[in-house]
Amino acid sequence: MEEEVKNITADEQQEYVINMGPQHPSTHGVLRLVVSLKGETVKSVQPHIGYIHRGIEKMCESITYPQIIHLTDRMDYLSAHINNEAVCLNVEKALEIDIPDRIKVIRTIMAELTRIQSHQLWWASFGMDLGGLTCFFYGLRDREKIMDIFEETCGGRMIVSYNCPGGLMHDIHPNFQKRVKEFIKYFRKILPEYDQLLTGNVIFHERSKGIGRLSLKDAIAYGVTGPSGRASGFSCDVRKQEPYSAYDRIEFKEILYNDGDTYHRYLARISEMWESMNIIEQLIDNIPEGPYAVKMKPVIKLPEGEYYQRVETARGELGVFIISDGNKNPYRVKFRSPNFVNLSVLNEISRGFKIADLVAIGGSLDLVIPDIDR
Amino acid sequence: MDNIQLGEFIKSIDKNLEVKEGKQYVEVTLPATKLHSVAAQLRERDETKFDYLFCLTGVDYGHDMGVIYHLRSTILGHAIVLKVRTSDRENPQFDSVSDIWITADFHEREAFDLLGIRFANHPDLRRLFLDSSWGYPLRKDYVDDINIVTK
Repeated sequence: MEEEVKNITADEQQEYVINMGPQHPSTHGVLRLVVSLKGETVKSVQPHIGYIHRGIEKMCESITYPQIIHLTDRMDYLSAHINNEAVCLNVEKALEIDIPDRIKVIRTIMAELTRIQSHQLWWASFGMDLGGLTCFFYGLRDREKIMDIFEETCGGRMIVSYNCPGGLMHDIHPNFQKRVKEFIKYFRKILPEYDQLLTGNVIFHERSKGIGRLSLKDAIAYGVTGPSGRASGFSCDVRKQEPYSAYDRIEFKEILYNDGDTYHRYLARISEMWESMNIIEQLIDNIPEGPYAVKMKPVIKLPEGEYYQRVETARGELGVFIISDGNKNPYRVKFRSPNFVNLSVLNEISRGFKIADLVAIGGSLDLVIPDIDR
Repeated sequence: MDNIQLGEFIKSIDKNLEVKEGKQYVEVTLPATKLHSVAAQLRERDETKFDYLFCLTGVDYGHDMGVIYHLRSTILGHAIVLKVRTSDRENPQFDSVSDIWITADFHEREAFDLLGIRFANHPDLRRLFLDSSWGYPLRKDYVDDINIVTK
């Protein structure tokens, strides 16, 4: 009998499954990825989430609208201010309250500062994921300056809770404009250093160009928004499509690239930092005079109905959907979280790449895990 | 198309659709059996081209269970809301739209996890956040003696 000898290498035969996380440093939180590998090549990635699920949507059903603001900070903690704004805008829209210009302008400046600090932290940790530890020190050093501005005006550094329905918790600090202008001047000089350190680096190019390519069709089908979606050419900037706060009165570009790989997702965020600085510069000298908050009723009750508000956080489109039955508590709140949706594309874009590329791809999607789990 | 034209067009697709002009979006209530065919048409028709499902919400209405779909067309720029309901609380089930919009895959798993709504023909309907021994916390009749403090 002639036995058929199969000439199969271990690589072709074995598909093995490893756990990445929930405590892996490159998952930036408690995300567990179950990765199927053939050799070093990724065959599939199954995200297992829920390690930091706090049931925020359920909690919202038993608390009042001003209290919800404080829970939204804890979703995407790097876009805390923008999350607050989303709930406030939705409540104000439901009550048909006109918000004075001063509030709109301050909210926009704060939102753009939030976007810059979020991208700084992303740049810092993304560089570190790829082995460039210097990035981490540079990024956090510069982010500290924005944290200080927040601390002075909001009291909080990361979890700011500066918005409330009808306006702001309190007025800006007298130093606010001076500090912001100082920061912009400083950061315009520093940001090119980021490029020198990482953007032009050959090792970085090798690890990011052509890696994890997301096509425009897939970006729309999966609903990938934010800089990750715009790097694939998906025009999804809510600030342009449905301008809220002061975005209708300023000039800014929507950053779009077409390649959709890790490198272009990186470039999209770097360009967004420049664009955010442009937005702040247009507004910082033109903060109108006026009250910092509209007087609201002590108990806020939304009329019966459904309200949807979209905003652009640092990671994409956040939707706040409130169903009200006329009481002081919402009947149902749904947060359409950008990270939750962006995570779903991870399997699609990392298939066929190496395990080390998975770290780069995951980093370029800029996931914040508490926002996924909520 | 503006909202009024869009509403008129939706009515022409199927007589059974209940079209309401909402404050923000056109709201279409449809029977659960029609969901998949209408959704597929909204996706494909040149006049609508809803290619982007940006939100999917499961809701417990007390007697009924429902799902709300928020759709947008990235080409034409208009948006619409689809609503389905079922009175079967024991085993609420709708057709999955994850073959039309891939993003519905995760959203439907979330609705299944938190509200116990099943989606027929979903490729991989597992619990997402919670353990399979948990109840369905977003249901209004969910009781958790340990973790929920009632006044």
